[in-house]
Amino acid sequence: MYRILEKRSLNPTVTLMRIEAPAVAKKAEPGQFIILRTDAEGERIPLTVADYDRAAGSVTIIFQIVGATTEKLNALQEGDSLHDFVGPLGRATETDGKRKVAVVGGGVGCAIAYPVAKKFFEQGTEVHTVAGFRTKDLVILEKEFEAASTKFVKMSDDGSWGEKGLVTDALRRLIESGEQYDEVITIGPLPMMKFVCKLTKEYGIKTVASMNPIMIDGTGMCGGCRLTVGGETKFACVDGPEFDGHLIDFDEAIARSSMYKPFERAAHEATCNLLRKGDELRG
Amino acid sequence: MANLNPQKTPMPLQDPKVRAYNFDEVALGYTEQMALEEADRCLNCKHMPCVSGCPVGISIPSFIQKVKVGEFEEAYRILTESSSLPAVCGRVCPQESQCESKCVRGIKGEPVGIGRLERFVADYHNENCTETAEKPTPNGHRVAVVGSGPSGLTCAGDLAKKGYDVTVFEALHTAGGVLVYGIPEFRLPKAIVAKEIETLQSLGVKIAVNTVVGKTVSVEELMQEEGFEAVFIGSGAGLPRFMRIPGENLKGVYSANEFLTRVNLMKAYRKGSATPIRAVSTVAVVGGGNVAMDAARSALRLGAKKVYIVYRRSLEELPARREEVEHAMEEGIEFLLLNNPTEILGDENGFVKGMKCIRMELGEPDASGRRSPVEIPGSEYTLDCDCVIMSIGTSPNPLIKSTTKGLEVNRRGGIVVNEATGQTSLDGVYAGGDAVTGAATVILAMGAGKTAAKAIDETLQKQNR
Repeated sequence: MYRILEKRSLNPTVTLMRIEAPAVAKKAEPGQFIILRTDAEGERIPLTVADYDRAAGSVTIIFQIVGATTEKLNALQEGDSLHDFVGPLGRATETDGKRKVAVVGGGVGCAIAYPVAKKFFEQGTEVHTVAGFRTKDLVILEKEFEAASTKFVKMSDDGSWGEKGLVTDALRRLIESGEQYDEVITIGPLPMMKFVCKLTKEYGIKTVASMNPIMIDGTGMCGGCRLTVGGETKFACVDGPEFDGHLIDFDEAIARSSMYKPFERAAHEATCNLLRKGDELRG
Repeated sequence: MANLNPQKTPMPLQDPKVRAYNFDEVALGYTEQMALEEADRCLNCKHMPCVSGCPVGISIPSFIQKVKVGEFEEAYRILTESSSLPAVCGRVCPQESQCESKCVRGIKGEPVGIGRLERFVADYHNENCTETAEKPTPNGHRVAVVGSGPSGLTCAGDLAKKGYDVTVFEALHTAGGVLVYGIPEFRLPKAIVAKEIETLQSLGVKIAVNTVVGKTVSVEELMQEEGFEAVFIGSGAGLPRFMRIPGENLKGVYSANEFLTRVNLMKAYRKGSATPIRAVSTVAVVGGGNVAMDAARSALRLGAKKVYIVYRRSLEELPARREEVEHAMEEGIEFLLLNNPTEILGDENGFVKGMKCIRMELGEPDASGRRSPVEIPGSEYTLDCDCVIMSIGTSPNPLIKSTTKGLEVNRRGGIVVNEATGQTSLDGVYAGGDAVTGAATVILAMGAGKTAAKAIDETLQKQNR
């Protein structure tokens, strides 16, 4: 069993959990993911590793409450245990030999962008972080990014945090002002990553995007997480999750991600009602 | 006097009209009376041709002789001398091309129903035996097994019986490998698999789920840090193959692995399952193996109105077991033989709405000796369907080979082994099953697990001296 050592709400819809999983903690690297199940009947969901502590034997995950399973996960408390927690899966971010990078995160994707920024920063790479959120109330990991970035640009859709505008506006400005990046790493909603990649392609800057498709086993068996990269079928679980952003077929990835939307909506509502019922009963 | 009926004692089956709508087991199993009757058909040949057809070398006439006299527990003991999973083999082995193909009774009439008898004996034991197996005396040696499918469980079972301390590492949350995620409930009930695994655990086999060897821990670490003296890799088939035709990434195109995993492992067929599967009405399954039959029959049970098998050769070349093909046909699955997909078509929202196919004819025999299918020009047409399941095989999982230095693999990615011992290019590392051969059968994987167990035992005993 995998005990929840710490639980913290980062904003009304995003939660951080530190999980006791020594075997995973021993191997985890930024860019990799885990798969968990909350209970014996639960579905397997992939979540990217947000941090790890090899000495304490713990792995940190950050998730947005978007569906039935994340709702159930969020209902667990410190001291409770997850039924299954397996990893680290996928390939780690390649950080070697890069002198200057831009890390572009959007929304809850910033939870994945943070360990990547941190790893670059700790190895002496100059890190420019551009983080974007819809509004101030949804901001996560602000202090952490401050500490792991040479330059930190804050963007919000409504201007309530940092500047009003999109992450691509900020990135374009940085590039136009003469900043030269060895690589741009982008993690966030698919449409955001699509436009970041479109932008960097104009300037010929190598860009890596972290993909988070639907998965089941996560070990290279089912093929559910496939995507097209440079005209070839790739599997995010074993070939990724990071791919050359200029070669990813984002439109196909966006279409595939909506496959189970109606099912997810129904399951989410059913779970919400159940949890509400449980809360009422507990009084 | 032997039972001279040229036909096998029939296997009671669920009515096709009923079973096509449920996930309960199709074949119901022999009663004691039927088992006695069928056992009586065995001539107890001195030269035992049937045994030569069994990949794990079960002493077939001896166990049948015990059935004949009603000593079912003794028959079970004989079975388990050679097989760690008799209730599984009795159900899913292709007996018609193995033991039963060598049976003397098969020359004039049908062979003895060896598989049916094996299943009867294993089920009888599982239902009636209350004693737990005696734990063998530990011999102090530790062996790691990677993967809890048929080859891994067999290797683990054989070594445990000899007193080895065996740990089986499984990537998924449940042990059983393809027996759990691949083969559907109606062909192999999961309770039976769980029971067989329990039996192995009572022999002392430890099972560590949620451990991906190659990621969570490497083969090298198992041997150098965790103290295992030998490792058996039975990691199974890997990444699903696709045809590389347009439209394969549309919504509603599944690999058979994904479709079956959702249904079998994640129980998507049960109401209220947390794992979704799309409700579909017309399904085209591409391929002709056992996995294709499993996918097609599962789709039917999930409520599809029409299910097609699309296969590019003819009925004769269909690689699935005949029994599975017959069952599928009885249930109403339509076989589009000598047909090959060329493109999958999508609607404006990216969901599958049809599949373009072309008709084929058989040409000259190719290198494999099979007549190769050739397209008939101008015969293209569109098959209406809202789901396509690609069941055209897998290529080996890259996780272990990419993280194990010095492990030799062949052109297709299969691990290279010495066939007589299962040993890989690394000392103390053995492999077997689909990880070596590519997609094959449960019993061949079991045979490989058995070979490796024997070689591991011999090597470790030699070192010990």
